[in-house]
Amino acid sequence: MFLLLLLHLLIGSAILLSGDRLGRRAFLVAGLAPLATLAWAGSQWSKVVGDPSTLDAEGHATAGDPTFETIGWISGLNLDLHLRFDAFALVMTLLVSGIGVLICIYAYGYFSHIKAGQARLAGLMTVFASAMLGVVWADHLIALFIAWELTSITSYLLIGNDDRNPRARAAALQAIFITGAGGLALLAGLIIVGQSAGTYRISEMIDSPPSGGALSAGIVCVLLGAFTKSAQVPFGSWLPGAMVAPTPISAYLHSATMVKAGVYLVARLSPILATSGQWRVLVLVVGSATMIIGGLRALRQHDLKLLLAYGTVSQLGFMMLLFGTGEYKIAQAGIVLLLAHGAFKATLFMLVGMIDHQAGTRDIRQMHGFGAGWMPVKVMALIGAASMAGVPPLLGFVAKEKGIDTYLEYGEFTGSSVVLGVIVVGSILTFAYSARFVLGVVGLFGSDDEGRVSNQAPAPPIVFSGPAMVLTAFTVVVGLAPVIISDLTKAATLGLDPNASPSTVKLWAGFNAAFVLSLIIMGTGTVMTVLRAPAARVQAAMSKPLRKVPSTDDAFAAIVRTIDVVARRVTRTVQNGSLPTYILVTITTVIVIPVIPMIGELESLPEWVENPVHIPIVAIIIGSAVGAALVRRRIAAVVMLGAVGFAMAGLYEVQGAPDLALTQFAIETLGTVLFVLVLRFLPTRFIDLAPAVVRPLRLAASVVVGASIFVFAIVSTNARSDVPQESISVEMVERSKPDGDGKNVVNVILVDFRGVDTMGEITVLLVAAVGAVALARSGRRYGDDDGTVSSETVATGPDGNGERAEVSV
Amino acid sequence: MRRSLILDVSVRLLYPSIIVLSLYFLFAGHNQPGGGFVGGLAAAAAISLRYVAGGVGAVRRSFRLQPWTILGLGLALSVGTAIFPMLLGGAILEHGTLKLHPPLLGDVKVTSALPFDVGVYAIVIGLVLMIFEAFGEDLDDELNRVEAPTVPSGSVRDEYRDLSQHLPARMWLTDDDLDDTSEASGGGGS
Repeated sequence: MFLLLLLHLLIGSAILLSGDRLGRRAFLVAGLAPLATLAWAGSQWSKVVGDPSTLDAEGHATAGDPTFETIGWISGLNLDLHLRFDAFALVMTLLVSGIGVLICIYAYGYFSHIKAGQARLAGLMTVFASAMLGVVWADHLIALFIAWELTSITSYLLIGNDDRNPRARAAALQAIFITGAGGLALLAGLIIVGQSAGTYRISEMIDSPPSGGALSAGIVCVLLGAFTKSAQVPFGSWLPGAMVAPTPISAYLHSATMVKAGVYLVARLSPILATSGQWRVLVLVVGSATMIIGGLRALRQHDLKLLLAYGTVSQLGFMMLLFGTGEYKIAQAGIVLLLAHGAFKATLFMLVGMIDHQAGTRDIRQMHGFGAGWMPVKVMALIGAASMAGVPPLLGFVAKEKGIDTYLEYGEFTGSSVVLGVIVVGSILTFAYSARFVLGVVGLFGSDDEGRVSNQAPAPPIVFSGPAMVLTAFTVVVGLAPVIISDLTKAATLGLDPNASPSTVKLWAGFNAAFVLSLIIMGTGTVMTVLRAPAARVQAAMSKPLRKVPSTDDAFAAIVRTIDVVARRVTRTVQNGSLPTYILVTITTVIVIPVIPMIGELESLPEWVENPVHIPIVAIIIGSAVGAALVRRRIAAVVMLGAVGFAMAGLYEVQGAPDLALTQFAIETLGTVLFVLVLRFLPTRFIDLAPAVVRPLRLAASVVVGASIFVFAIVSTNARSDVPQESISVEMVERSKPDGDGKNVVNVILVDFRGVDTMGEITVLLVAAVGAVALARSGRRYGDDDGTVSSETVATGPDGNGERAEVSV
Repeated sequence: MRRSLILDVSVRLLYPSIIVLSLYFLFAGHNQPGGGFVGGLAAAAAISLRYVAGGVGAVRRSFRLQPWTILGLGLALSVGTAIFPMLLGGAILEHGTLKLHPPLLGDVKVTSALPFDVGVYAIVIGLVLMIFEAFGEDLDDELNRVEAPTVPSGSVRDEYRDLSQHLPARMWLTDDDLDDTSEASGGGGS
């Protein structure tokens, strides 16, 4: 399994590195990775699925054995890559890799006119597939989280791949903001859940369910992650925006795989967490709202792709309703829906891509029917949409029927009847927008004002339509004979909840209440379709008052704007550009605060004068220091500071540290020269523009800092006397000659005993040097282009303008 | 830039002597006062003498390598010395001694600390060269130094408006001030 992940990454990076050299063939290369995964999954099939139809002695159904794999990673943190491949993972793998292969072939047809950067899509898609398989296979919450974030990042890159298109950039940014924020919540939630369960392994958690006070908070956080990822209300606004990505990407990431990650997580954790905290309530409320709102918005779209996007939102809400209850019977319907949705939604997306590619439009008002050779496309559109609408005998019908049936039978929790009502209403809406899709493709919405482009559009070649045909065949065949996936879904249900006893998936379950509801759905849907014009008017009228309420898009924009404004304000306050203020704050913080606890240690002051020679030297130091603070000319202040330094060097020499004295002399000389270099840029005198209050403040700060240094020096010197005689300094002196082969202890310490320190220091020196040059040059750039201000400096923003107004007043 | 004859000549004499002294510090440093850091600083003092006498051009002419190249080579040498023992299976910075018998000099003992120190030496020199490169540009032609008014006149902003014609000072001003001054100093560019 790990090897397969590596293979994906390897192929992905190889494509990314090859640039555009491969052209659209990159997609065929990319297809190899999911193909290998499919082959491996096929080889595991019988082992993983086993024989769930037979019952063991206690009457429990038993699934096959999952395949486990563990790769050592950060064992010290108990963080290894635990992978698990059970039947539910197999279902997801079928979606990820099965649709992945088809999408790769489809993309080969789609990108017939390759543009720069399009091969990158193939590479990123492969990397994404690896991350998505990581999500599905991970058996460790943290590993799952990492893969989860990787899918967000690759999705961001894929949406924004056309980086010259501002809409693509904005959509990508919105997607990563929302899913990234959800990801952060998810991390917190997973840690809380893992800690309360005592294990981070999902497979162990079913036996040791988490509990504890923090769990409710953890559940909310986990669900936030799942809802943002699966575009649930109110976090769904990024998904329609993500439709600016090329259609193969939308079909793959934003309908078939990535958006199902949230559903996957809910499915995995529901058997464990459904009865704890607010899990079920949250999932059901949010799922219901998503299903209805997604369906309503899909009905209003003219862009086929957006229609499908909102349809996906609605269906994701449906899946949440099926998986979030924690009832395995209902979850089994969810598994069927996962497969059905993957098949029909990918088909429909592919069809939209074909229409877009051949006719140059996705707007149903510009479609007036298609010419010869388009029959397969129309038939596939009909079948796909019918499956989406839940028309027998297709797979979508099987899924929806099973969902309603299990809800009727096993929905024993509070509010289940309300949720059932939501499912019925949502399904009616689904029927209506499915019909809208078909009618749009056929050309019923074609407006006379628009150009008649679709009639002349050439029919798509077989490499283009082939993958959709495969999926359509899957929809029809499995719909007619659901026994094909019956064992798979049973085993997958057992994978979710080992205590389950799943039932057989059937096309015809008899004339029961569920079928009656299905008939009602189809009947009402048909009525809505026939009366679509009045229905649209009613919907428009009803949504009018809602227009006043800010949409989630507005909320998102408002949040981003607020962050911008707050950041600018904070920067203006904290980084106000005044060097004295910076120094004041920095020095006071760094020096005074660590010294405060030392004051207690201050017991005895050392002897005032140890050596009479000290008196003149210290007098020079004090005199120069006071002078430096008082003089008005900068150059004089620098010279006085230099005098302080030289006097210090004299002090070292007197105390018998020639090395230190030598270094101090050299540093002081050089320091003065460098000071003078910089002084050339400044006025010759100090000018104090600060308000009068600041002066005493600075004075106080200087005194406090000076006193702190004094305390620090005395306390630290006293501390040394506590050290026993065999102290480290004695040892260094002793070992200098034999171990370091040098008589100069200071140097041996520098280059040998503490050589690694020195290495770090010289690295810092180097960085500082590079920084100084960069800083000086960036400041000089303004002068180089004769005073014309570069574009960065023009961007002042609203606050800047406000200030200028003040100036002119 | 006006050049002083006496300064020129004395620097010509002093420069090589100080460099030799710095090399002495470098090589003697392991047993007597000195070392790579002090040696580098001494050499840097010599370089700054050259700068005072001949400006940044003279400093540039003294070294064939670019300052960043010197910095990089220095760091590579030091880190290389530190890592080399690890390649031989030892610990980082493990100590080694080489005894040589070159002609004329008698016995010479070279410790592994020496190349490390040479690296430090090069980095200190490189750092100073970089600083001259950054701030040492001869700006006399570009700038007329503005005497700060002794009596503050008008608002704070008015005073800074004059100052901001100094190029580096502009960095500390807000963008809108830059807009104002860009027209004013437009003609005075390089």
